[in-house]
Amino acid sequence: MINFEIDGKPVSVPKNGTVMDGANQLGIYIPHFCYHKKLSIAANCRMCLVQVEKAPKPLPACATPAMEGMKVSTHSGQAVTAQKGVMEFLLINHPLDCPICDQGGECQLQDLAVGYGASSSRYTEAKRVVANKNLGPLISTDMTRCIHCTRCVRFGQEIAGIMELGMAGRGEHAEILSFVGSTVDSELSGNMIDLCPVGALVSKPFRYSARTWELSRRKSVSPHCGLGANLVVQVKQNRVMRVLPRENEAINECWLSDKDRFSYEGLNSEERLRKPMIRRGGHWQECDWQTALEFAANGLKAAKEKYGAQSIGALGSPHSTLEELYLLQKIARGLGSGNVDHRLRQSDFRADRSQGIPWLGMSIAEVSRLKSALIIGSTLRKDHPLLAQRLRQSVKQGAQLNLINPVDDDLFTTIANRAIVAPAAMAAILAQVLKAAAESTGKQIPADVKNALAAISVSDTARAIAASLINNKPAAIFLGNLAQHHPQYTNIHMLAQQLAQITDARFGILGEAANSVGAYIAGAIPGNDGSAEPVGTQSAQPGMQSLNASQMLGMSAGGIADAGAEPCRAYILMNLEPELDSYDPRQAVKTLEAAELVVMITAYKSHAILQGGYADVLLPGAPFTETSGTFINIEGRVQSFNGVVAPLGETRPAWKILRVLGNLLEIDGFDYETPEQVRAEILPGSSDVSARLNNHLGGFSLDDVGPQGEPMGSGIQRIGEVPIYQADPIVRRAESLQRTRDAAAPVAWMPGDLMGRLGIQAGDSVRLRQGEGELQLPAARDDKLPANCVRLASAHPLTATLGGMFGEIVVEKL
Amino acid sequence: MLSVESIKKIDHELTKYPSDQKQSAVMSALAIAQDEKGWLATETMDFVARYLGMPPIAVYEVATFYNMYNLQPLGKCKITICTNLPCALSGANEAVAHIQKKLGIGFNETSADGKFTLKEGECMGACGDAPVLLVNNKRMCSFMSDDMIDQLLEELSK
Ligand code: SF4
Ligand code: FES
Ligand code: FES
Repeated sequence: MINFEIDGKPVSVPKNGTVMDGANQLGIYIPHFCYHKKLSIAANCRMCLVQVEKAPKPLPACATPAMEGMKVSTHSGQAVTAQKGVMEFLLINHPLDCPICDQGGECQLQDLAVGYGASSSRYTEAKRVVANKNLGPLISTDMTRCIHCTRCVRFGQEIAGIMELGMAGRGEHAEILSFVGSTVDSELSGNMIDLCPVGALVSKPFRYSARTWELSRRKSVSPHCGLGANLVVQVKQNRVMRVLPRENEAINECWLSDKDRFSYEGLNSEERLRKPMIRRGGHWQECDWQTALEFAANGLKAAKEKYGAQSIGALGSPHSTLEELYLLQKIARGLGSGNVDHRLRQSDFRADRSQGIPWLGMSIAEVSRLKSALIIGSTLRKDHPLLAQRLRQSVKQGAQLNLINPVDDDLFTTIANRAIVAPAAMAAILAQVLKAAAESTGKQIPADVKNALAAISVSDTARAIAASLINNKPAAIFLGNLAQHHPQYTNIHMLAQQLAQITDARFGILGEAANSVGAYIAGAIPGNDGSAEPVGTQSAQPGMQSLNASQMLGMSAGGIADAGAEPCRAYILMNLEPELDSYDPRQAVKTLEAAELVVMITAYKSHAILQGGYADVLLPGAPFTETSGTFINIEGRVQSFNGVVAPLGETRPAWKILRVLGNLLEIDGFDYETPEQVRAEILPGSSDVSARLNNHLGGFSLDDVGPQGEPMGSGIQRIGEVPIYQADPIVRRAESLQRTRDAAAPVAWMPGDLMGRLGIQAGDSVRLRQGEGELQLPAARDDKLPANCVRLASAHPLTATLGGMFGEIVVEKL
Repeated sequence: MLSVESIKKIDHELTKYPSDQKQSAVMSALAIAQDEKGWLATETMDFVARYLGMPPIAVYEVATFYNMYNLQPLGKCKITICTNLPCALSGANEAVAHIQKKLGIGFNETSADGKFTLKEGECMGACGDAPVLLVNNKRMCSFMSDDMIDQLLEELSK
């Protein structure tokens, strides 16, 4: 530790600490622009000049290393003169157009100019003007305002992992720009808006829509990926105008992904459902709540009488709140049905018998300290952008990142070892790693997978991955979204778990949605004991007859459409769009169409829902900004929030809708007055759920790990991952995000040799068939894809007529 | 795409730096590329970026920082004349006027026959030899009186 003095107060900082660090510790404010605690030191704005005893001239506090016995004054005559001088220079070329600048009211330059600027300028010459740049649909520029602090450039290089902005030219000609004509496409780009200390980079969707001081700031939690990033939602006249990060070092630090930041546009979408609707004689009519709820309740009662309680199914999106999911399952169980689920895109439920509540297996903060990680089945940057950011930082600190995935998108970080294999070969390559790990540690391969491994031969990549996990501690193995959707999820889970045991690594499952963990806690999983006991133990002995999501939607165990299984007759669907939020959209819609009653609690009335013919009654349920609720994130952190605006039109919070429905169905225990009462019932006493989280899968043995290497013959496999801006109903309607590169319409990506074999050129239209579903899309070439695979996004309206996310697909030249 | 010879030269430059620090060779790589192509088109900078494993914008930063890199096509001979203070005190401005009159072009312009482009340069560290100018970044010409300028232009016109 180094002891020194700032403004007469003693302080000590670690070796390599700076004067700025000391000042931060003491709570002494030193004016600054380029310094940011999460970025490298550039020391180019000079605003932080301070006086240091015995130094001949003022020194920049952000870049001056603390030295033993140093005496610093931040407010002395010399320091203040220097700071004022710097401010005068900064303002020479600044347009001072605050009245028409969106940054006005939250601008560091404006604030500091009040403190350090003169009341009038001595500069009478012409100011320079810098042309604005088109950086894409999210960031709007006013480059004349830029003070060249390079925070935006450093953010790209250091945090987002890709340098998209740079400073060209020098001196008076210096300007911030992207490489000739390119846009900023990072999924974290919105943070540059926050970082820019002036109004040079501002939010395009928010532009000119409000002044910052008109907005009220309310706390909330992001409903998108599994992290549960903390938000400040800014509201004007009962409308969400903007979303900013709420700093939480344990979760999102001071960042937000663009999905968390810009999805709010979807809340104000034209497609919002404002009034309940009933379909009568094939026509949709708006109606009052009483009519809609009675219709729903009577329909459910009738189905129960006619076909028995087991004919009722309840599906809730894992983006719903804990309270909503709890009441949903309480209604289903109150009616006597155990058919409840939230895992809409999962296709392999064989592990259901023996699994606890899957979670990250560690805290989010611990991810930053890993020394080795193996990610199985995820383009992490798109699935969990801020978790990818943390891993990027740990790689910079020397960690090794290993990847087993069917697609090889750039993760903007160094990948130590990668195995890019067809979906069907993922289990086999994992088995290789397991075998390699067992060989090199000399540990026994557990009996439950031993047979399956006998015939496996180990590749060099597998050996390198195993070595990375064994030799670098702490290590962790993560199962991503794609692994959880995979038709052999159980095999992958089993092998990954064994690998974690043998390599002594942590094991985590990256739940795809904000409430993936909470949905288990709420009891939104199949189970037939009829009680509303929402504990994880329930899944240990579920009744045989209860249906999981995939069975309810007409698929059998392997995610294959199965005419033999008897799906439900009446459904309650909450916050989901079946044609986009299920594993096999074609089969799901077909199954729902055959049902007698489909009650939808939804914030949106999409074209697909109104034209689809499966829904019978639409109940407008509030999105997260219009209801209070709770999300439990992937690390098991319980985060409750309040509504930030009043519900739109006649929309009601879904917990209230379910409460009334429960009453109409005469189910006991539905007289809640507040959502807190619901929460207290789910989480009695403390809100610590850690004891219930467990990734361990027991009592399951594996005989076969599927094909080794590339599958032979003409069988082409689909890789149907969920695009980042299609993952949930809100983000799908966020207009600006839908204009980004990441939201480009899906095409059929194929490796060159497959295209050659089929005689297809990039850009050609091809016919794609899965079962009865078919469509035509342009082909595109990606040589990094495994042989015989077509990468074709799921969860997209253009591909919703096709079948499952994985499995066989037929590609024909037109 | 650069020629095999240019790539060989870049590879030679790369041997001077550790293999994980390829970007250290960016300045020489850009100079080599410019020698071959005459100027640095976007595609050329893209190529250098890919070859050195750098983000394209980082290459662009370097190329725009130093004014010896030409980001526009130029005449056959680029004449860069120093106009900083010591040179200005020793007749640089007169030399500039003479060149401009002879070639009929101003700064940053190219003569109609496509032979000459005139650029304004910064101190070349040869103030004692003022006025000084550079031909195509490589050849330094000192004490450039009007006569010397006439001779030079004639020689270069051939
Ligand atoms: S655009 Fe903003 S963040 Fe970037 S250098 Fe300019 S002032 Fe700094
Ligand atoms: S904050 Fe220290 S130089 Fe910019
Ligand atoms: S000022 Fe012209 S060379 Fe130095």
